[in-house]
Amino acid sequence: MGVELLGDAVITTRLDDAVNWARESSLWPFVFGTACCAIEFMSTAASKHDISRFGAEVVRFSPRQADLLIVAGTISYKQAPILKQIYDQMPYPKWVISMGACACSGGFYDNYTTLQGIDDIIPVDVYVAGCPPRPESVLDALMMIQKDLHKESLSKDIKKDFVGRLDDV
Amino acid sequence: MTFNKVLSDYKDAVYDEKSHTLTLDEKDIFEAVQLSYDEGGEFLLDITITDYLDYIIPQVSRFALVYIIRHKHFKDYIILKSFLSEPKCQSVSHLYKSADWLEREAYDQYGVVFENHPNLSRILNHWQFQGHPLRKDYPITKGQYCTDSLNLMPRMNERLFDMGLVSRDDKGEYSEPSKDLMFINIGPSHPATHGTIRNFCAMDGETVIANVSEIGYLHRGFEKSCENHTYNQIIPYTDRLDYCSATTNNVAFAKTVEEMLDVELPPRAIAVRVLVMELSRIINHLVCLAAQLVDMGALTNYWYLYNPRESSYKFFSKLTGARLTNSYMRIGGMSYDLYEGYEEDLQQIIKEIEDGVGTARSLVEHNRIFHDRTQNVCPISAEDAISFGLSGPNLRASGVNFDMRDKNPYYLYNELDFDVVVGSVGDIYDRIMVRFEEINQSLRIMKQLLGNVPDGKICVDNPAIILPPKQDVYRSIEGTMNQFKLIYEGVKVPAQEYYSSIEATNGELGFYIISNGSGYPHKVKVKAPSFTAMSAYSSMVEGSMLADAVLNLGSINIIAGEMDR
Repeated sequence: MGVELLGDAVITTRLDDAVNWARESSLWPFVFGTACCAIEFMSTAASKHDISRFGAEVVRFSPRQADLLIVAGTISYKQAPILKQIYDQMPYPKWVISMGACACSGGFYDNYTTLQGIDDIIPVDVYVAGCPPRPESVLDALMMIQKDLHKESLSKDIKKDFVGRLDDV
Repeated sequence: MTFNKVLSDYKDAVYDEKSHTLTLDEKDIFEAVQLSYDEGGEFLLDITITDYLDYIIPQVSRFALVYIIRHKHFKDYIILKSFLSEPKCQSVSHLYKSADWLEREAYDQYGVVFENHPNLSRILNHWQFQGHPLRKDYPITKGQYCTDSLNLMPRMNERLFDMGLVSRDDKGEYSEPSKDLMFINIGPSHPATHGTIRNFCAMDGETVIANVSEIGYLHRGFEKSCENHTYNQIIPYTDRLDYCSATTNNVAFAKTVEEMLDVELPPRAIAVRVLVMELSRIINHLVCLAAQLVDMGALTNYWYLYNPRESSYKFFSKLTGARLTNSYMRIGGMSYDLYEGYEEDLQQIIKEIEDGVGTARSLVEHNRIFHDRTQNVCPISAEDAISFGLSGPNLRASGVNFDMRDKNPYYLYNELDFDVVVGSVGDIYDRIMVRFEEINQSLRIMKQLLGNVPDGKICVDNPAIILPPKQDVYRSIEGTMNQFKLIYEGVKVPAQEYYSSIEATNGELGFYIISNGSGYPHKVKVKAPSFTAMSAYSSMVEGSMLADAVLNLGSINIIAGEMDR
């Protein structure tokens, strides 16, 4: 169809731009929702805020099929190895949104059981403040990722040099 | 008093009328629990340990063991307490099925060993954790990394051994199962387990033969954090227990502290509390039902049920400034009065809820697929439900008529007209339908209150509890001092030990608080309905299909924040 529409015209672009343009509006999130923030993510997905306006409504529950990890909720030390495993199982390219105070920094759970920020374990692209953040800020984070992913290139690997606390050094 | 025999049998024991606490000698406590059970104390609410290290009043010994037991008529409870000369006591798991997990928690957090317990292992903290965090000498910020998930196979083997499916040799090694079983993990990262529960199942084809659950993935150190914050600073932490109905937890906590302080709330405050609590109950049920039906593949219902919830959020943000975690209550009242025009907003929300719930219910109520998937699936008998300490809609679905609002009316509930919704079979269908009907009953309560909220103050008139008005803070030295002292030192609660509870959305939510006269509690223990409900899960799903096990998890409405705390 598209070919007919364009007729004889030829469009030239960089391959990176074409691929990133396609990726931008079809981010498939894996929601690692553990606590209160997961309920606010449900609001983000529901009719009023409607995440599908940004092409990210295909929520996957298998890390193999997702390229955007949304960590929504408190991550305890007990949960940390599981989060790392999920991240490792996602294929490149992948992005991470740390949703809410707990995931970003441990929030007001400064205690023996709560991981003080998931960036101890996995790399994070966008941090969303709030306890829990309003759905609008989650959408804002999503738009930041959409803008950011234009830096990706097929010819170089990025973010593979991250070493977290649970990585074997 | 229902526990007469226990009280009269132990003449030397000290009974405290206000807190219902009977302090016994160490040698008598095990027998006293047995006696309470025989006298009708069949509903074990909680088992906990108190660490009296550094307590303001010197005690006989460092650790005390506490049982909170409710009578089977549900109107009365007793707290049995005994000091322990060494961190060791007898398990009561042969009497109460709920004691299994409660004792494991007490062991995990305080390092007290329960002898004759079938499987005394850590439950909330990870298996590599060293030490016991709720002991007073454990530093609050000392975190410990966990590098690997726990191997649940040993626990599974024990379960299979009880069922006679594996045998054990002299060295304690287990044989291969006699059936060809497949072992799978459901969770922790699974859509139905909400990221925080791990169920390890032994499958024979599609049938779950045995299940062991591992929890604690959302253990956030609530109780330890409470010990390091003033009473009003704890309110935001309580929001995040059952985060689907935050204000209900606020009320449960504030009410307990207010009873310890012996203060009476003004009528307007009580009416507002009941009003927002019932709305919270509704929105919690909405999210439970919406998620449950999605698990079943019925996505349409989700949109019908979630839209009224979104409207309620709008109301809550207008009232409290926050959508989900409201922190609306304060010790002695609440942070804001109702805003102008709240009645019209609530009328509109009530209408939307009626529409949404009515439509969603009509989609499933006479739906053959829904009936086949839920009726007589994963039932739990009334007897088992009580023994496992289930409460709230889960217990009522099994046909037990227990609602705190009805049996122990607090606030306005004895003046309000509502029905207690009771099921009959205790299957998934009953649990869903009880929630659907409870929404209607809560709407009924809200309608009775709308237009009848009395005028007046929303907080108690006591400068030792409530912050002074801002004009006093900025214009008078007394006001400034009052504000400063309340913020820095907190509301001072006289030294005592007290338990109180309300009917929260998921059941009886209680707080057992030990105060020491300062603005910081010495100990706060939550009696969390989801915790005991989850301990019943294994016995409910064994013998059912894998897909039903997933449904059952949604139907008991486990809120991880409250279960793991």
